[in-house]
Amino acid sequence: MPFIPHTEADIQEMLDTIGVSSIDELFAEIPEAIRAKPLEKVPEGLNEMELMRLMRDRAARDENGLRTFVGAGVYEHHIPAAVWEVTTRGEYYSAYTPYQAEASQGTLQTIYEFQTMIAGLTGMEAANASLYEGGTALAEAILMAVRAHKGKSHRVLVPETVHPSYRRVAASYCGAQDVMVESIPYDPASGTIDPAALDSVEGDFAALVVPQPNFFGRLEDEAALAAKAAERGALVIASVNPMALSVLTPPGEWGADIAVGEGQPLGIPMSSGGPFLGLMATSKKLVRQMPGRLAARTVDTDGREGFTLTLQAREQHIRRAKAKSNICTNQGLAMTAATIYMALVGEAGLTQVAGVSHSNTRKLVDRLTAIEGVEPLFDGPFFHEAALRLPKPATEVTPALTERGILGGFELGREYAGLENGLLVCATETKSEADLDAYAEALAAVL
Amino acid sequence: MEVRDDRLYTKSHEWVQKEDDGTVTIGITDYAQDLLSDVVFVELPETDNTVSNGDELAVAESVKAASDIYAPISGDIVAVNEDLEDSPEKVNEEPFDGGWIFQMKPSDESELDALMDPDAYREMCESEE
Repeated sequence: MPFIPHTEADIQEMLDTIGVSSIDELFAEIPEAIRAKPLEKVPEGLNEMELMRLMRDRAARDENGLRTFVGAGVYEHHIPAAVWEVTTRGEYYSAYTPYQAEASQGTLQTIYEFQTMIAGLTGMEAANASLYEGGTALAEAILMAVRAHKGKSHRVLVPETVHPSYRRVAASYCGAQDVMVESIPYDPASGTIDPAALDSVEGDFAALVVPQPNFFGRLEDEAALAAKAAERGALVIASVNPMALSVLTPPGEWGADIAVGEGQPLGIPMSSGGPFLGLMATSKKLVRQMPGRLAARTVDTDGREGFTLTLQAREQHIRRAKAKSNICTNQGLAMTAATIYMALVGEAGLTQVAGVSHSNTRKLVDRLTAIEGVEPLFDGPFFHEAALRLPKPATEVTPALTERGILGGFELGREYAGLENGLLVCATETKSEADLDAYAEALAAVL
Repeated sequence: MEVRDDRLYTKSHEWVQKEDDGTVTIGITDYAQDLLSDVVFVELPETDNTVSNGDELAVAESVKAASDIYAPISGDIVAVNEDLEDSPEKVNEEPFDGGWIFQMKPSDESELDALMDPDAYREMCESEE
């Protein structure tokens, strides 16, 4: 136990003091079945030299010139060099968790600016200091909606067009808290939530989740869905891509009560899947139901501007078991990077990134569907991701594309029965004309 | 510390006053508001809800603490003090008057018999100190 500073003598003395003979006896009341055991799948530790070699080998796999057209929740965007240069400065890096919050005025100011930017992007009145990532942010939003729903329903509708991983996280989070997560099918022609299926849902529900854009990249008829939920007395949770918000109507303007999303597109590298950044914003009316930290701007006794944590009575260190959530920190470093990214590119920059990503994906779809046997899987507008139908199972196509230096997309059959021939492709602003041509050539060759 | 003689009391420091129209008004005591310090927000219950004795109905939140307010009896919530939305400090300033929190119509008036009289409440507070 290298991180525990007590000597054997210390431990024995403590055990003797409380009259227990051994550590095992101390923990005797914890049932055998739930005790931590050595984890089968976790290998033995490595020394620093071995670890560096392993990580270099793995990093090399990312750097061998593959061009990625995979999105599915994680997106390759250009990250200006200044973002992480500033984020990893000692002043930010070391003070990332303000335990003595008000002593870290710079950190609180950064959080305040982040919250302001997210509230602005989502069109909501208040944003928190961030959560772990998009999936847990959605799960927290579901629990929040159930708390806020005065009709006392514990049922939340999560359509199949919501990211499959988020749905699993939500089910895992909510199951033990007596919250029922129910699915709604998508319309196979449009790839969006089937409005008839929503209409046919009987009984009360606390909230409807509306993804925008949805997992297939398609744009949902968001305002109409929100109105249907509101008519039924339910709250509306928007699950959004922040990069799309600079060009789409923000959720605060189409009836969302809570907006959540994955902040990774805002200056955070793909990093084999994390750490990422959960976003959450809501209305002033619901702010006390929101989990997570909140920074606020105020004045001190001399009237000078200062920053402070606020509404802490919702939180675990005060509210104990009745806290709104067990989240009592935020994703500080990733949040700092996102704040610097947004400040650096500005509103115009975000709009430009979103616009170029959209037009690149349109061009890619045009070039790929010009190939015999390849067609759009769904009809209707998309943001920067689109589902294609290939003439054979996607899992038989992508390995051949990888051999040609192209990470071709997400095979939809991995998550959706019946969509084995479906491939979800994405071309962000990082792709050049030559990249798009290279993909089209490679696909034509392997089909 | 003030304890009003025309009220009944709970162990969780709510006061209960019987009104002429058969309803009861509920707030938190002077002792409770003093322990909480400056109240900055009161989460009020919904009206027209039927609740049971002991349900958590409201929350009084101060800068450094939050405290649940319980239903002292079973019945329906008939009114809430909406003034507290803008002026939560009334809970501190006039806990027995303008700082009332909600009003109930009891479903079983005999439940009121189980509450403490002023002397018993005074004694309980003194023993807590």
